[in-house]
Amino acid sequence: MHDHLLSVRNLKIEATSYPPGEPPKDITIVEGISFDLEKGKVLGLIGESGAGKSTIGLSALAYGRGGVRITGGEVLLEGKDILPLGKRGIRTIRGARVCYVAQSAAAAFNPAHKLGDQVIEATLAHGLMSEAEARKRALYLFEVLGLPNPDTFGDRFPHQVSGGQLQRAMTAMALCSNPQLIVFDEPTTALDVTTQIDVLAAIKHAIEETDTAALYITHDLAVVAQISDHIMVLRHGHMVEYGTAQQIIEAPREEYTRALVNVRQKKREEAADQTDTLLKVDNVSAGYSNGFKVLFDVSLHLPKGQTLAIVGESGSGKSTLARVITGLLPPSEGSITFDGKQLTPALKQRSRDDLRRIQLIYQMADTAMNPRQTVGQIIGRPLSFYFGLHGAKKRARVAELLEEIEMGSGFIDRYPAELSGGQKQRVAIARALAAEPELILCDEPTSALDPLVAEGILNLLLRLQAETQVSYLFITHDIAIVRAIADSVAVMHRGKLVRFGPKSKVLAPPFDDYTDLLLKSVPEMEIGWLEKALASRKMESAGN
Amino acid sequence: MTDTTETSALPPETSQRRSLGERFPLATLILQRLGLSALLLFAVSVLIFGGVEALPGDFATTYLGQSATPQAVANIRADLGLDRPIVTRYFEWLGGAVQGDFGNSWASGNSVSEQIGRRLGNSLFLAFFAAVVSVPLAVGLGMLAVFYRDRVPDKIINIVSLAAISLPEFFIGYLLILFFAVNMRIATFPATVYDSMGFIDRLQTIALPAATLVFVVLAHMMRMTRAAILSVMSSAYMESAELKGLSAMRAIIKHAAPNAIAPIVNVVALNLAYLVVGVVVVEVVFVYPGMGQYMVDAVTVRDMPVVQACGLIFAAFYIILNMVADIIAIVANPRLRHPR
Amino acid sequence: MRLRDVSITAWIGILGILLAFFCAIFAPWIAPFGEREIVGGVWEPMGGAYLLGTDNLGRDILSRMIFGARTTLSVAMAATIISFSLGIILSFTAAVSRGWIDQIFSRFNDLMMSIPTLIFALVVLAALPQSLIVLILVMAVLDSTRVYRLGRAVALDVAVMEFVEAAKLRGEGRIWIIFREILPNTLTPLLAEFGLRFAFSILFLSTLSFLGLGIQPPAADWGGMVKDNKDGIIFGISAALVPGGAIAALAICVNLVVDWLLKRTSSLKGGRGDA
Repeated sequence: MHDHLLSVRNLKIEATSYPPGEPPKDITIVEGISFDLEKGKVLGLIGESGAGKSTIGLSALAYGRGGVRITGGEVLLEGKDILPLGKRGIRTIRGARVCYVAQSAAAAFNPAHKLGDQVIEATLAHGLMSEAEARKRALYLFEVLGLPNPDTFGDRFPHQVSGGQLQRAMTAMALCSNPQLIVFDEPTTALDVTTQIDVLAAIKHAIEETDTAALYITHDLAVVAQISDHIMVLRHGHMVEYGTAQQIIEAPREEYTRALVNVRQKKREEAADQTDTLLKVDNVSAGYSNGFKVLFDVSLHLPKGQTLAIVGESGSGKSTLARVITGLLPPSEGSITFDGKQLTPALKQRSRDDLRRIQLIYQMADTAMNPRQTVGQIIGRPLSFYFGLHGAKKRARVAELLEEIEMGSGFIDRYPAELSGGQKQRVAIARALAAEPELILCDEPTSALDPLVAEGILNLLLRLQAETQVSYLFITHDIAIVRAIADSVAVMHRGKLVRFGPKSKVLAPPFDDYTDLLLKSVPEMEIGWLEKALASRKMESAGN
Repeated sequence: MTDTTETSALPPETSQRRSLGERFPLATLILQRLGLSALLLFAVSVLIFGGVEALPGDFATTYLGQSATPQAVANIRADLGLDRPIVTRYFEWLGGAVQGDFGNSWASGNSVSEQIGRRLGNSLFLAFFAAVVSVPLAVGLGMLAVFYRDRVPDKIINIVSLAAISLPEFFIGYLLILFFAVNMRIATFPATVYDSMGFIDRLQTIALPAATLVFVVLAHMMRMTRAAILSVMSSAYMESAELKGLSAMRAIIKHAAPNAIAPIVNVVALNLAYLVVGVVVVEVVFVYPGMGQYMVDAVTVRDMPVVQACGLIFAAFYIILNMVADIIAIVANPRLRHPR
Repeated sequence: MRLRDVSITAWIGILGILLAFFCAIFAPWIAPFGEREIVGGVWEPMGGAYLLGTDNLGRDILSRMIFGARTTLSVAMAATIISFSLGIILSFTAAVSRGWIDQIFSRFNDLMMSIPTLIFALVVLAALPQSLIVLILVMAVLDSTRVYRLGRAVALDVAVMEFVEAAKLRGEGRIWIIFREILPNTLTPLLAEFGLRFAFSILFLSTLSFLGLGIQPPAADWGGMVKDNKDGIIFGISAALVPGGAIAALAICVNLVVDWLLKRTSSLKGGRGDA
């Protein structure tokens, strides 16, 4: 019986939902999940949002978040079921034998206490070490995790260190008590891609070094492939496939897993940069009214019917550039030329037709649509506003647009709240299309969506471009998307344009330092990629 | 009341001040808040003096009534000094007020400051004991409601406090009088106090008015305390503490308390500001010789120097208590206490 | 909003409010005696010909209560409607315009709110001639500062949403943005606020009348009736508690409905989060 560290048997998890205006009802979140985890091994749990992966992870601590209840099955830790343990009993396990690393370390640390005190707190509370020993171990872990100035790091408060450092500190906190198992709940999802690789490497190094087992929860198959021995693919609370990391990545058995593996493989041949220029940005700088500058001397251009991808991490100024082009944020210097005509800097001075020709699609379709308007009203408004369509004509055109986005006219009287994430984004695309624009600015339209849904949206955008010759300015942080859709690429970093040109040139060596770092940081669907990437980085820094 | 978040979001103007502000954000914010209160007090004095005089209608006419002859109006204007320019009179008034001199009452001719001096002490005595009882009671009941969240005690507290918020002060006051003073004869009414009265007698006399005040602020304070604690309890670091295997007691003492004390103290300070206003009606109900009754009497006979003096003092208390509430919130913020 | 969603407490509140309005509207037909008619001795007990007894001048309390509902409700309602319109128009304008308009409105509002409402009202009423219009306007203007504060917060919450930005990008005017994009998304909190302001107006008017600064005798209003009969308390005569209780009951009823409205919004939000 004591072969496995953790054995989950036939787990069933339920929650109570409170639909407005209806009596509360119980819904099943997870059902029929079983797996084993050996000492010192890592199991990756992967799935889309709502697949139940976090809920399963937390069941290893016999914890249900919110109204979630574990209603069936067993969770055996070294052969002993932890679910029937009372409050007191489970406390001896949490923080001592099983620890948890949350997605947002910034929220999970108490703002009122120093990091060091919080890291050793559980260890002391469980009486596992003396304070001196615990401090020593914390120092050792800070070193292993590559935190700066490990001997003074613990004296800082959570708001005094960066997000990547907080996430590592949280890992140190979990490792401090020498637990047998750590549950990592999307620990790198909130981080920028160049930070993610460091944190990922630090976590991997630390759990190998301490021989701790882990459940690693994420939605990113390429990330989990770097760190896991085994992977379990989940969907809608059920298991789709379980296997070694190697087998899942290289020989997936199930259709769904195959789709997940292949989702980033698409590549588009770039078009030649020879057609007429539609959009031209010349030496644009911009900043906010408090004097904080975010864009510095950016120049680029976009030919008709093509796609320009703007790549960068958060804070690179890529979204600001889009706001400048729309006129929401007039530039402090420089000019924007659209179809041979210079655009007035501020939104209010632009003619209705200028506004019509440039449309914007937001990252969060949820907040981009008025929840009190039906799909028909949302798509119909640009039709009446720009083209004066009314009544049956307008309704017919809305139905036509709904066909275009592969949804059908049956959705015309629905409200956004009744749609799925992907459907909402499609409606947002239809609203942009209704204006018959020549340029659509896409501000990370797929980054909030699950990978397969995102792929559907990308395919739709590509088809629409082929049909209508619309140009896209596509803002993203995801290199795979750039490969999939772009003709030309602009790389931005801290408000400056680092690199700009045809995709084949930008994404091929020789690289500048930043683009090199960015490209090497993007996880690839390949076992052992992390080690290769780190090794090539080290070689470079040794060469310099 | 002012919005702390807004004041704190204001970027310092010059680069010189920015670097100072970044190095000492706590001191800078507190200074800003103090400055704001001073500005507010000044603006309020302008409003109470100048704003009121700018209103349509004329003091002398309203004072004498519509039927007064023009000659009588002119006489009284000259008598009260109303014929001089408003700016001159304002600065005279403000200059006096700063030194504690509010001029003489129109009705009695006595010094306003002298009257206020005695009555202010009475009012503060009453408000202080109401606070001494209501603050621990409200915080305790708020914690109780959180502890039994969504269960019977919480629901009862919710309904009762909702009802209590809706009760006018005078209704509570007369209910208490009818019950305790008239029917049971264990309390005194009216609540008259005089200078030679002993401390214990005084306490006994203010029992009912203080109880009324407690009722008035208790419900508000308790509901706000409950909300403040709940927001701390539902934060991610409390989940962290639970997943560390800490006992509920330890999690509350080590993790919830340091973060909850500031909002609770803030709630208390805000409600003490309400208490200042509650005093007015309660004093009238119990015929208690405090500032509130003095002011109401003055309003009835349109004795403007008294009204303006009382208005300014009440507003000053209110502004200062609100400022204290804001400063506590600033000081309690670890981000400001331990800058990067 | 479906009828069966309405909670029991909210039903009690709605019935209480309806009863008060019924009395106010049909006062001359349902009151047994006239508003100012002296019908019996001073402070006659409850029961018999005078269901709630008589007051300090020998007038029928029940009749004065019914007529008083008329005065109290209409003045409070008028003040609430004016304060609400004023507060919402100014706050929405500020939230949509931002910039210096917002700054001026908001800083002035801060100043107005830094003086407690009752104190402010006392100062202003001391200076102004006594009339019903003045009373309503003073109540409305002072209360509109609270409406402004909430209205601006609610409108800003919505105004920073991307669908409002999308409307601006489309080229929509300010009127469309306020009435078509923002207002529909703020209706429930605003409705709840209207209820709260109405309850506050009733209490505030009653307090002013009680202090002798509100509605002037011989017109009947609930706060004034408490003042008229307060001297009876010392003799154990509870005539003052009848109008006092009515004020409390009406305010509780309004608050019950508001409480339900507020809970309903928060549960709606939760529902959306789950989806």
